Amino acid sequence: MSPVSRLQSLLERREFTVSAELGPPKGPNIEVITTKIGLLRGMCDAVNVTDNQTAIVRISSAATCALLVQQGIEPIMQMTCRDRNRLAIQADLFGAVALGVRNLLCLSGDHQVFGNHPTAKNVFDLDSVQMIGMVKRLRDEGLTLGGEPVDGAMPMFIGGAANPFGDPFELQVLRALKKANAGVQFIQTQCIYDMVRFREWMKRVTDLGIPEHVHILAGVMPLKSAGAARYINNNVAGIYVPDPIVKRMSAAGKGQKARDEGIRITAEIIEQVREIPGVHGVHIMAVEWEEAVQPLTEMAGLLPRPVLAEGE
Amino acid sequence: MIVAERKPIAELTSRLAPYRRILVVGCNTCVAVCSAGGAKEVAVTSALLRIALGREHPETRVDETCVERQCEVEMNAELAPSLGNYEVILSMACGVGVQTLAEQFNTAVVIPALNTKFMGRPEGLGEWSERCAGCGNCVLERYAGVCPITRCSKNLLNGPCGGSANGRCEVDPERLPCAWQLIYDRWVALGQLDRYLTNEPAKDWSSSLHGGPRRIQREDIR
Repeated sequence: MSPVSRLQSLLERREFTVSAELGPPKGPNIEVITTKIGLLRGMCDAVNVTDNQTAIVRISSAATCALLVQQGIEPIMQMTCRDRNRLAIQADLFGAVALGVRNLLCLSGDHQVFGNHPTAKNVFDLDSVQMIGMVKRLRDEGLTLGGEPVDGAMPMFIGGAANPFGDPFELQVLRALKKANAGVQFIQTQCIYDMVRFREWMKRVTDLGIPEHVHILAGVMPLKSAGAARYINNNVAGIYVPDPIVKRMSAAGKGQKARDEGIRITAEIIEQVREIPGVHGVHIMAVEWEEAVQPLTEMAGLLPRPVLAEGE
Repeated sequence: MIVAERKPIAELTSRLAPYRRILVVGCNTCVAVCSAGGAKEVAVTSALLRIALGREHPETRVDETCVERQCEVEMNAELAPSLGNYEVILSMACGVGVQTLAEQFNTAVVIPALNTKFMGRPEGLGEWSERCAGCGNCVLERYAGVCPITRCSKNLLNGPCGGSANGRCEVDPERLPCAWQLIYDRWVALGQLDRYLTNEPAKDWSSSLHGGPRRIQREDIR
């Protein structure tokens, strides 16, 4: 099957890909999206568009992705199971494909208690493994989960997430295999600070043969300050910033100096993950700090991004 | 059992403020066992209501009684003769008991005293935990006896999510174990970890509340 997206094309010809992340605004403010597109254009191969990230209501991922397509940026549409049942997920996917979206990241979704509508009823009709299987069926068999034919083709490059830093560690390894078995084609990982644990996770998934079928894109997130690192360690389950990194951030001071150090540390992490067999790209999560992507990709030697010939 | 918790006295007082003749009806089954609505709690609640409501209206009368199982019409029949003496029934049963009284005594005003919480079990003194969501199609055999639908905050059938750390669930690490850690530990102990590799397909939720109100009819008993 020929690649359906730029991201897939680049990965299949073994380019080390770069994806970034665009957090949509908390309302229909297209200017914010356009500004962020300006910060990311030319810096990456595709852009993740989050779906009510951390359960905070924002302009929909599908609509934002359509705007990106219009402006010539390739989106990776994030889709969570938290807010939609199997009917809504399939309907939104039909719409996204019709509007030119080709890359999909299937996620369970952050729990609503962390967001701005903690009293909401969640859905979780499917989980992310089941969503991956459903999308594969839509695409390869042309059938909905209910078994009826899909009217039209569903060219999709199917992605999922993995957290090498979550527990139980063995299940976080095997879950990647479950996703691979369900049909995932690329995996973006949670933010990596702890190289020891990430190397171990990569070794385990490589032993299982996963990178032969699934492109693994290592997730990184530049830190803005030592406080941000400490906040993550104290409040975010499943991400851990090792002490030496916290100390470097502290030593860098405050403001721009700390931000520069955060970018430097991230560039070093990128250099390290690049050397790990099976890592086929990097996913930069500069959440609400899209300005960081240019200096970071520059410092990590990831620019210029490859250009695909027409029809490639 | 069904686990319930009494509403705050202030809430009950405000709901009961318009009434002067009140009958508090407890239930001797689940809610008695979980110390929410049995004879003892009926006595305590009634006493508190007499004090609270009596401040403004000393003539307020709060009587108390307890039936064996408020969810069964036959067991409530004993209430019928005296109901004419009251303006309102404060039911200290679960939601099933409250609805049974309301349906059975169609001219009676029935107010719930409890918040019905879940199907669960005691965890030592003064603590209860949810164990069953009543999904109508039990999957426990596939998860080494730990229910991911009830005990995973995201009901993941192919968990865990990335928010499991040190055996705890990120939604409330103090109080909630990660269900998937529990499942994993059991699988390892039983030598059944290979079960994890079978992807669990999308669940048929039609047997759960999501399929609409449920009813069981058994011809062998009718």
